[in-house]
This record gives sequence, C-alpha cells and structure tokens, in this order.
Amino acid sequence: MTDIQRQYEAIFQADYEALCAPSAALLNKHRQPAFERFRESGFPAFGSEEYKYTNIEEAFKPDWGINIRRLAFPVNPYEVFRCDVPNLSTSLYFMVNDQFYTKEMPKAPLPEGVFVGSLNDFATAYPEVAERYYTKAALYAVDGLTAFNTMMAQDGFVLYVPDEVSVERPVQLVNILRSNVNLLLNRRLLVIIGKGAQAKLLVCDHAMDDETDFLATQVVEIFAEEEAQFDYYELEETGSHTIRFSSLFLEQAAGSNVLVNGITLTNGLSRNNYYIRLNGEYAETSLSGMAVSDTAQQVDTYSHITHAVPHCHSDELFKYVLDDKAVGSFSGRILVKPGAQKTTAYQNNRNLCIARGARMYSKPQLEIYADDVKCSHGMTTGQLDENALFYMRSRGIPEEEARMLLMVAFTGDVIDRVRLEALRDRLHQLVEKRFRGELAKCAGCRICKE
Amino acid sequence: MQESNDILQEVTGSEYKYGFVTDIDTEVILRGLSEVVFSLISYKKNEPEWLLDFRLKAFRYWLTLEMPRWAHLNIPPIDYQDIIYYAAPKKNDGPKSLDEVDPELLKTFDKLGIPLEEQKHLAGMAVDAVMDSVSVKTTFKETLAEKGIIFSSFSEAVQHHPDLVREYLGSVVSYRDNFFAALNSAVFSDGSFVYIPKGVRCPMELSTYFRINAANTGQFERTLIVADDEAYVSYLEGCTAPMRDENQLHAAIVEIIAKEQAEVKYSTVQNWYPGDKEGKGGIYNFVTKRGLCKGYGSKISWTQVETGSAITWKYPSCILAGDNSVGEFYSVAVTNNYQQADTGTKMIHLGKNTKSTIVSKGISAGHSQNSYRGLVKVSPRAENARNHSQCDSLLLSDHCGAHTFPYADIQNETAVIEHEATTSKISEEQLFYCNQRGIPTEEAVGLIVNGYAREVMNKLPMEFAVEAQKLLQISLEGSVG
Repeated sequence: MTDIQRQYEAIFQADYEALCAPSAALLNKHRQPAFERFRESGFPAFGSEEYKYTNIEEAFKPDWGINIRRLAFPVNPYEVFRCDVPNLSTSLYFMVNDQFYTKEMPKAPLPEGVFVGSLNDFATAYPEVAERYYTKAALYAVDGLTAFNTMMAQDGFVLYVPDEVSVERPVQLVNILRSNVNLLLNRRLLVIIGKGAQAKLLVCDHAMDDETDFLATQVVEIFAEEEAQFDYYELEETGSHTIRFSSLFLEQAAGSNVLVNGITLTNGLSRNNYYIRLNGEYAETSLSGMAVSDTAQQVDTYSHITHAVPHCHSDELFKYVLDDKAVGSFSGRILVKPGAQKTTAYQNNRNLCIARGARMYSKPQLEIYADDVKCSHGMTTGQLDENALFYMRSRGIPEEEARMLLMVAFTGDVIDRVRLEALRDRLHQLVEKRFRGELAKCAGCRICKE
Repeated sequence: MQESNDILQEVTGSEYKYGFVTDIDTEVILRGLSEVVFSLISYKKNEPEWLLDFRLKAFRYWLTLEMPRWAHLNIPPIDYQDIIYYAAPKKNDGPKSLDEVDPELLKTFDKLGIPLEEQKHLAGMAVDAVMDSVSVKTTFKETLAEKGIIFSSFSEAVQHHPDLVREYLGSVVSYRDNFFAALNSAVFSDGSFVYIPKGVRCPMELSTYFRINAANTGQFERTLIVADDEAYVSYLEGCTAPMRDENQLHAAIVEIIAKEQAEVKYSTVQNWYPGDKEGKGGIYNFVTKRGLCKGYGSKISWTQVETGSAITWKYPSCILAGDNSVGEFYSVAVTNNYQQADTGTKMIHLGKNTKSTIVSKGISAGHSQNSYRGLVKVSPRAENARNHSQCDSLLLSDHCGAHTFPYADIQNETAVIEHEATTSKISEEQLFYCNQRGIPTEEAVGLIVNGYAREVMNKLPMEFAVEAQKLLQISLEGSVG
C-alpha cells in the first residue's frame, strides 16, 4: 500500500458522512464495498501490462481539492459556446465539475417516460430501474480506478429511454470544469436504452480555466437492451492542466447497435478505457476515436471488446496525430470466447508522428477461442506521404496548407463514422481549426478576453 | 463437417515418430542445482577459470529471480531441484573417426535421418550432433578449417579458441537477460560454436541436431555464431526427443553476431516431443535467441518451423544496431492437441535506415493455444526505420485458441511501421473450389495449409524445406474444424 492510496483512504473514512449527505441511498450503498475493493487493489500500478505508459497514482499525488460539501461555483454555462463546443439543435444539459446543473433552463420537450437528469434524482424517482443497472456494468473489481470513482462519486448524469421509445433530438451534455482551486472530481454517467429504443448522446468536456489543474475520474455505464440503437459521442476540449481518467462500460443485448466515438482535440493527460461486452446475438458495435496531440499532451486509449456469443460484429478504428512531444498509446484487445462462432471483429490503429519528440506505443491484440470467425487487426505508424505533399506543392498549394489538408484527410474517416450530420460537419470544422492551431490559442485565452 | 472431424481425428492420431529411446550408457550427475553441480560440469569440461566465474555470477543472479508469468501460457510449476543438469553418453573423449563412435549413437542419428556418416558427403551439410548435454560428433571440420571457418562443439571451442569465446559469450544475451538465460548461463553444458572469418562465404550449410535422450534431464546448450565482415553462413538446427510421460526442460541460448555486411541465416525445425493426445509429457522449450546486427549493412534472418514441444516460449530477435542493417523473421508455428506456444520476435531498431520484416503464420488445432507476441521498437536515433509485420492465424478446431499480441514502440517520427493480422478458418469457398475440381477434402486442406505456410517454407534451405513440409503434413494435413 502506498502513501497516496492511504491518503485517499483517510479522506474517505474521515469525510464519509459528508460524502453520503448529498447523494441518493443507492450511491451510498455501494460506497463501502467499493472502498474495500480499492483498499485491496489500490490505484493501477504504473508499468503493469495495462498501465504501461500512464502513471495513474502520480496524478493523484498533488494536493487536490475535493468538493465534498458541494459548494456551488458561479458559472454561466452558455459561455462555453463562445468557444468551440458544438452548438447544435440538441436537448442541452450541463454538469459543472461533478455536479448536475439544475438551474432553470429552457428545455425541449422529451418523449414521455424518458428521463434525463441528475443521478441522485433518478435513483429517487426510479429506484427499481436504478438499482437494476447502477454499477452492474462497471464492477469495482475491474480496477482500482473504477472502485475509486464508485466510492467517491456524489452525483452524475442519467439518460433513461424506456422500451420502444425513440428520442429524435440528440441529447447533449456539456461538462464544464471551473474552479479557483485545483480540483479532483468524480463523475458518473448512466445510460439505459430500453428494448427497441433509440437515442443519441453527445458529451463535451470543456475546461474554462487553463490556470487551474483538474483531475477528473469518470465512469460511464451504457446498457443497450434488445434491438436498441444508441450513439455515444465524446469530445474533449480541455486544457493542458486537465487530467482525465475515463472508463466506459458498454453492455449490449441481442440485436442492439451502438456507436461509440471519442475525439480528443485538446487535453493534458487522458486515459480512456472502453470495456465493451456483446452479450446477445447479432449485436453490433462500432468503436472509433481520434486524438490530435501536440505540446506535451498524452492520450492513452485502452479497449477491450468481448464477443461472448455468436453472430456479433465489432469494428474499431483509432487514429492519432502526434506533434511536438506528444505521447500516444493505444492498446486494443478483442476477445472471442469459446463458442462465439461467426464473429466478425476488425480493429485498426493508424498513427501519424510528425515531430521528433513524439512517441507512439501501439498494441493491438486478438485473443480468439472460436474457429469460425473473421478477425483482423492492422496498425501503422508513419509520416505524411512525401509524394502527396510534392503533388500539392507542384500545384501551388503552400507546404503548410498541404500538410494540413493531408492531416485533415487522415482523420476524416473517424469523423465520417459520426451518424449525426450536423455534428459531423461541425467536427470537420473543429478538427481543421485544431490543425491550424486556432483551438490551442483559444484554450489559453481564459475565455472572454475579447 | 463430420467428415472433416474424422480426418482431424485421424491426423491427430498420427504418432510422433522420433519417440524412441536409445539404449546407451549414460553418465549423469546428481540431481538439482547448486554451485557444486556446475562446478562439476565445469570441471568435467576442463574449463578455464573465467568461464566458471561466468557461471557463478549467472547462478547467483538466477537465485534472485522468479519465473516470469506474463506469457499466455499455462505452465505447471517446475521443480528446478528435480532436474539432472548434465547427462552424457559415455566414451566421450572425442571420437577421432566414426569407428570410435558408439554404434548405438550412429543408429540413433541414422534413425533421425541425420547424415553423420562421412560417406553421406553428397548431403553437403556439416553436422554437429548434440546428444543430451554433450556434442558427440562434428563432421566436415577439416574441410571447413581450410577456409578458416571454425565449426565445433562449444566445449572444444572453449579449449581451442578461448579468446574468441570469451570475447563474444554473453555479448548479445547477457546472463542478466532473463530467468532462463541466467539458468542456462549457469549450467550450459555444450552446444555449437561457429566463426566465419572476414570475407568468407561458408560453402555448405552448417547444422546442429539436438537430441534429448536420458530421462529426467534438462538440456541447456548454447550456440554462438560470429560472422566477421562480409561473411555469410546459413545455419540449421533440428531437435527431437523420446516420448516420456514427464515433462523435460530445454532452455537454450543462441547468440549471433553479424559484423559489417555479414549475413547470417538461421533456420530451425523444432520437433521436440509434444506430449501425447491428453497433453501428458512433452518438452518445455524455453529458449532465448537473439542476433546482433553489429556492422553496417549486416543481415540476420530467422526462419523457424515450430511443430513440437508441449510448451514453446521463445522470441528469436534482432538488434539492428548497424546502419542499413536488416532483420527478418519468418515463422510457422503449429500446435495440436494440448500444445501451447507463445512465440514471436523482437526487432529493435537502433541504427539508421534499418529494415525488418516479420511474417508469422500460426496454425492451431485440437485444444491447443497458439500466440504471436512481437515487439517492434524504434529508438529515437533510428532514422528511416522500416518495418512490415504480418501475422496470420488459422484455426482448425473450435476448442483451440489463436492470439496476437504485437507491440510497437515508436520513438522516431521518420519510422514507417505496419502491422497486419488476420484470424480465420479455412474458408468454405476454397474447399468447395477444390472439391468441385475433384480434389478430396483432405488433400484440399493439405494444399491450402501448405499454400498458407509457403511464404515461410520458401525461406528454408532445400534440405530442411522437405523435412518441414513433411512435418507439417503429419501434423495437419486434412484437418478442418
């Protein structure tokens, strides 16, 4: 046991009452068992096979403030749209740090029975449903991070779509990071898509202060019941002072179709875990992501897709563009269990290293215990094609511009997987802006300089 | 489907044909591992003091280690004190001619189809035959010596060329490298030593045959190949062992050094006893193989056909230190019944303009587990490194597993690295196509598997290719799951 782990155990024990006070009984019920688990496992060990390039414990070492007593931060959420959070026609919700933002806001009407809101409210309003799903995908046993989040989380966001209901309008959740002290926050997302139901959720992470350090742990649980259709988009535009440890757990029932897409444009250090289980036949998953990293950004992706039953399909694509001293890491694993015949699983990781200092660690893995399957993975790391650059320059396109065009094209197919046209267009623009360096400038501008 | 299952049954029923035991007087030393044991080995071999020191250092280091557990293998605990570390056929004072070699021994190698006899001149291969812990016979030594090539057993090299051995021993695989390397460095008993002088192209294939014969023993040999500037050598290695119910440990080290513009081609057909159909017995093959491309434009090429062993755990690797050096790795790994394999390669790019190619074909049948694990590392100063890796797996039953764990650590932006892997079974369409043209399923599968492995088989020297193809057929032809 390390000092850092002991320090957080002490905080938990000392402030247990305060942790429980603002939260629903359901959240509190899992605190103690998760704590026991955390006590055993501690934070994931740096250098271990799964955490080879990201030192989790080190991130927890500084003196973080934790807003256990739920003080409100003054914030005008609409400010974020002056920067680069996509402003689409969505049902819009906010979380400020790890608190659901409850101030009155104009709301678009939702179909009957659909719940969008705070996890605490949901646990009170739908106790049975909440009980059935909360922590059922994100088992604390998975790793110390998940256990830590479960024992510390005080609130979260819920999207619940009952059976056979279709939510046409995409739901957008904007996570705003704002604080005047360095802050550790623990966020929970719970998404339940009932049988035959449909929905789309876009989550944007946005840091409003670039001078304050943030450490965000996030656990996302998504349940897609039979024949459900769900799109989950995540867009991170935080600052170089933000550390984010996110774990997404997706459980898919028969015939469900889920798309998960994670885009990191600006960040400090991000570790994104994706645990996907295909539990019902004919379930389909499309998992994709991209990261554009420069300065000393680090993006570490880990994915584990389990094909537990026959006739499922998964398709995975991750792309990285690394500049300056950026570090990228991709570790993907496809596990085909015995008997999961007729599985088709594809995994692809493509990386561009543009600068000398950039590092890329890639590890695509297949683990297959059934014979009638089609599985493949591919991985490439390289630079921009000199011939393509020459071609464009010989046609009068300046080198800088040509490079940018090629990089935009390189990341294009991740964005093309987005099934929301308005978002797709917006993302193309955002990525282009990012490559021109305009986003990075903005991130350092402390919002309202103009 | 039923029919193909029958065929698979038939094929897995085929016997391991090298499973006999030679009845020969064997000298063994006491069981277990202690300083006494390898001092005794060292004494028996009349080794110089520095070598004993080397063993001692390795042994003390080994004592501090624990057996690594990261491989995708299920290894029953090994009692290192229950192994005999030295076993030698008696009458081993270096036979001057074939007449002095024990006829039982000759028979053994005859049965294995190894041309020990001088009259098999036409086979055109120089052989070093290693039985249990010692080398029994090295052929063509004189012919090679005319060109200045040294090809001898390791113990002889220690006696006759101590400076060369001392210079290179442990320079590629240090005794601190890993658990089994440390163990081997402490107790290694014999092996082969090859030195090709400057500018010499070795006129024939050099070959070592390893045979485990005595019971309860482990085999720990060392191979050291040094190719001086602009030298070329092609080296073959083959291995077999008797059928026994208990597991036996084989922990060898192969070190290769290629200097400027030198080329070394190392081919292995590994056919240790794989255990019976229930997975009982068989050899644990835990080998450290590594080549150092030291000079400008040097090249090391590994080709391996892995069909035997209960558990195979090895990664023949290349350190591409010289500028413009080339590393190659071609592998076919076949696992059947309850065999397990975790094999692959490491390509460490250090020099500029270095290139590496990895082609790995895994075939798993029965209840076996077959993993590819590989590392491509490009260090910050390795400009213009180029790598292409391709790993394909073929699954022939629904109880087996095929796994791919490639690692790529890229620390230089000029590197171009590609990795591709596919896993599938033999496609119905291909089978149907063959059937339709009058080729029975069994033959069709043989054709397809052979075609699948051809890319690697083509890299083997002629003599070996024939043997390897036969082996592949014994192991697999006709099996569809």
